[in-house]
Amino acid sequence: MAYALQQLINGLTLGSMYGLIAIGYTMVYGIIGMINFAHGDIFMVSAFIAVTCFTLLAAADVSSIPLALMFVLMVTIFFTSAYGWAVERVAYRPLRGSTRLAPLISAIGMSIFLQNTVQLTQGARVKPIPPVIEGGIELWAAPDFTVQIGWSQLLIIVTTVVLMTAFTWMITRTPFGRQQRACEQDRTMAALLGVNVDRTISLTFMLGASLAAVAGVMVSVYYGVVDFFIGFLAGIKAFTAAVLGGIGSLPGAMLGGLLIGLIESFWAAYLWAEYKDVATFGILCLVLMLRPSGLLGRPEVEKV
Amino acid sequence: MKKTLFAAALGAIGALAVPAHAELPVAIAGPMTGQYASAGDQIRKGAEMAIADINARGGVLGEKLVLEVGDDACDPKQAVSVANTMVNKGIVFMHGHWCSSSTIPASEVYVEADIPMATVSTNPQVTERGLENIFRIMGRDDQQGMVAGTYLATQFKGKKIAVVDDKSAYGKGLADEIAKAMTAKGATPALRESITAGEKDYSGLVTKLKRDGVEVMAYGGYHTEVALILRQAQQAGLDLTVMGGDTMTNSELVTAAGPAADKVLFTFSPDPRKNPDAAPVVEKFRAAKVEPEGYVLYAYAAMQLFEQAATAAKSTDYVPLEKALRGGTFKTVIGDLAFDAKGDQQAPGFVVYRWQGGQYDYAK
Repeated sequence: MAYALQQLINGLTLGSMYGLIAIGYTMVYGIIGMINFAHGDIFMVSAFIAVTCFTLLAAADVSSIPLALMFVLMVTIFFTSAYGWAVERVAYRPLRGSTRLAPLISAIGMSIFLQNTVQLTQGARVKPIPPVIEGGIELWAAPDFTVQIGWSQLLIIVTTVVLMTAFTWMITRTPFGRQQRACEQDRTMAALLGVNVDRTISLTFMLGASLAAVAGVMVSVYYGVVDFFIGFLAGIKAFTAAVLGGIGSLPGAMLGGLLIGLIESFWAAYLWAEYKDVATFGILCLVLMLRPSGLLGRPEVEKV
Repeated sequence: MKKTLFAAALGAIGALAVPAHAELPVAIAGPMTGQYASAGDQIRKGAEMAIADINARGGVLGEKLVLEVGDDACDPKQAVSVANTMVNKGIVFMHGHWCSSSTIPASEVYVEADIPMATVSTNPQVTERGLENIFRIMGRDDQQGMVAGTYLATQFKGKKIAVVDDKSAYGKGLADEIAKAMTAKGATPALRESITAGEKDYSGLVTKLKRDGVEVMAYGGYHTEVALILRQAQQAGLDLTVMGGDTMTNSELVTAAGPAADKVLFTFSPDPRKNPDAAPVVEKFRAAKVEPEGYVLYAYAAMQLFEQAATAAKSTDYVPLEKALRGGTFKTVIGDLAFDAKGDQQAPGFVVYRWQGGQYDYAK
């Protein structure tokens, strides 16, 4: 029992990170109907920015951890959303209105571009940082197993919950959220009614990138190492999460992320760890066969 | 008139094809990029120094050596294309590759092209396939696993020991041998698991180890994953000792794992830096601000091996060179090298080391 609880905590931590990245995929798909394959690499870039910040802070002898975290989060979000904006401006906007495949190819190109730029400028080696947050709390000392939650795990889960709540509120209650949803439903109509479509799309990209930036900071705090290739695997998993939850749906992306994190940790806990990825993608296939639009997705209605 | 022009053109092409200065291309190949790039860096530094020294002595058979560097990123597909590139460059000797899973497919290309190679890959299959061109200047995983398994069974008697690997040719091979040696000594592994290399989250494995009360983990794989596992074990409040193989010589393990790196034991050949004959070379490396750890001196020795074999054979052609390599004994910075019929080093030994405060030394 205690063991299962510990694995639940592990799964939730991992799932939160997948979920944060998955939102970027799902929002962009919702508004312009394309898969932004460069999103995983935006996440990777943000992790590098975070590691650089932490290294600089360590050199400057900043010892207050909450202060350091706030600073790193702000700097990382700022630069990463700038990346998100630039990627949309350079690689996707000129192709809007062309065939559906063109931005897709351009996204793959962008992904390779970002990966190689980081590899060349930062080097191909793993970049480690010393542990930022150490220790944790004992939740339950069962006779055979002590359940522990690390401070960094707690931070990840709490941050994700807070961000999700804020995000849902923003999409459902604010004027920007209304514009965003309007563009999702019908871009032409929204433009006719005075919504600045280009600006809304740019902001959507920046928001997705900011959430990826939060995930990037969390990864560098929790695991302590980054390399130029982490965006690939994380991107694939997060994209899978978005599809599993129903692409285009915000709560779906979060649910998908959590589910994938939980499947991974429970499969590794009770069955064969080496077949973990087989299980994840097997379940994805199964869900898509039974519910082709994902768990919370709405089937697309073709208007005639 | 036309004919003379044609002949002149042909002559010009011929003149271009033969370089003015005779140079012998020799090559190294390994992970120059990717997550194991620091090992590639060690190989490159060792080989560069060796070639500079050999050329300062007048080269091999009066010809200067030039170094070609191949980057396979430990990817078997890329290793084969690197091998083909190297064959096209006309290399006469190869030191590489590094990952067993790269060395095995690449060696098929080199044997076709009659290029002798000296490798540090430890998977038994490297020399068990009957290829004549391959010489191993390191021990084998079955020997390595034997030493590690015996050490674990005697030093950690009565403790629970898990055996974990990363599913790679090297990692799984080593882990299987460790498990076999442990069982033979009466210490059955408490848990046998595999993980996926390149991931970041190993908390599932760590929790499982904690549940089963495992105190020691024997690991077949590379240092990056060990660093992550150790860090996550510490977070989970698990006091874990790791026994790894020769790949744990990498000091990146210490930067990535932090103080937890002191919990790492590993098997490696007796430290060549402690070899008195190597002292002048070690000094030279340190003067050039390169710590000759891990594979640095092995790369240096591989180039010495080629120099001495080619001098003995009086040729760099494959047949005499291969014969000289198989028959001779060579004095290198890692000690005397001689090979058996398979191409394995005749007297390879493995010793157990321990990381301590950023340095590794023999474990007591």
